[in-house]
Amino acid sequence: MIHQYKLGGYNIVLDICSGAVHVVDEVAYDIIARFLDGSREDILAAMAKQHPHIPAADIAECYDQIAALKEDGQLFAPDTFEPMAGHLKAKTSGVIKALCLHIAHTCNLNCSYCFASQGKYHGDRAVMSFEVGKQALDFLVANSGSRRNLEVDFFGGEPLMNFDVVKQLVAYARSIEKDAGKNFRFTLTTNGVLIDDDVIDFANREMSNVVLSLDGRREIHDRFRVDYAGNGSWDKIVPKFQQLVKARGGKNYYMRGTFTHANPDFLEDIKTMLDLGFNELSMEPVVCAPGDPSELTEEDLPVILDQYEKLAELMLERDKAGKPFTFYHYMIDLSGGPCIYKRISGCG
Amino acid sequence: MEHIKTIKTRNLCDSAKNGGCGECQTSCQSACKTSCGIANQKCENTKASKNSK
Repeated sequence: MIHQYKLGGYNIVLDICSGAVHVVDEVAYDIIARFLDGSREDILAAMAKQHPHIPAADIAECYDQIAALKEDGQLFAPDTFEPMAGHLKAKTSGVIKALCLHIAHTCNLNCSYCFASQGKYHGDRAVMSFEVGKQALDFLVANSGSRRNLEVDFFGGEPLMNFDVVKQLVAYARSIEKDAGKNFRFTLTTNGVLIDDDVIDFANREMSNVVLSLDGRREIHDRFRVDYAGNGSWDKIVPKFQQLVKARGGKNYYMRGTFTHANPDFLEDIKTMLDLGFNELSMEPVVCAPGDPSELTEEDLPVILDQYEKLAELMLERDKAGKPFTFYHYMIDLSGGPCIYKRISGCG
Repeated sequence: MEHIKTIKTRNLCDSAKNGGCGECQTSCQSACKTSCGIANQKCENTKASKNSK
């Protein structure tokens, strides 16, 4: 399977099943597009018409290079993976290596676009007890098989509304991990309202990653991310996020925004994040009920698609200027990325 | 004349032979939460990723 596209002056060809990536010239791009549809002679004849300025010998040479890559398994590689999906499921059956702990089903913000219904998930307001969390960690260790790296995300709602239990659970996990032969990696996702020096110190010591919710421009953020009195949270949280990130000393974090019908031009929000000094960024489309005012529409799509392309250009510009930043979905490790098992199994 | 430049990538077909250790990050534990992205997950099996490049 081939996916080919043009962007930023490059002709890019992805060979999906082998994972190969090729940058090609115009004639190679056109030959690849029809390589499986005709004989060598037919394609060479068609290319001679389409590219009259290119010598026939060059076109033939190009065709043969493509044929050699096909032979080598780097173009038009067959999909031999489909039967592996079931095999993988059986291989990992019953093994758990990660938990998302809903440490607080409550929140100190009242964001109408929240996919978790203001943290309550359509239930009662509640916080997790230490005992429940402890049993969850014991369950994870007991069911993790031979996996060494175990991941626990403190999520909500707003997990800092139950911060004491977060601290107790981390202490408990640290107390058992060595004897259990495990390595816990914790993540904290927070709206920032309750960040203080204690939280910053703890998060930077114990959390392998923190996810900080910020939608970008003040007016965009404060449209949805308001407290129960209706006040925007941008002014309150941005200095706290800046303090936390500065103290993080290079450890991972994500500044994570949501874009909605109100800001399909989300590149402007990414620029705001950059202006504020953040450079590990993520923006995700809103998840909401059909008909919600924040819902993205068909009309938003061309704008959004254009933003993703402009984002790539901005990343290159900033990289050349010595001010690089990362964007979650563009952090693709071509040479050391996930194996095919991971790609097939997806999230887990 | 060079018509095609191939970027060095991990060979996925080879990774079928020695991948699947399951030690890499669970993708929903990171920033996305509401979408699934896996291409950016780092392989934590040094031996397998070296062998399959």
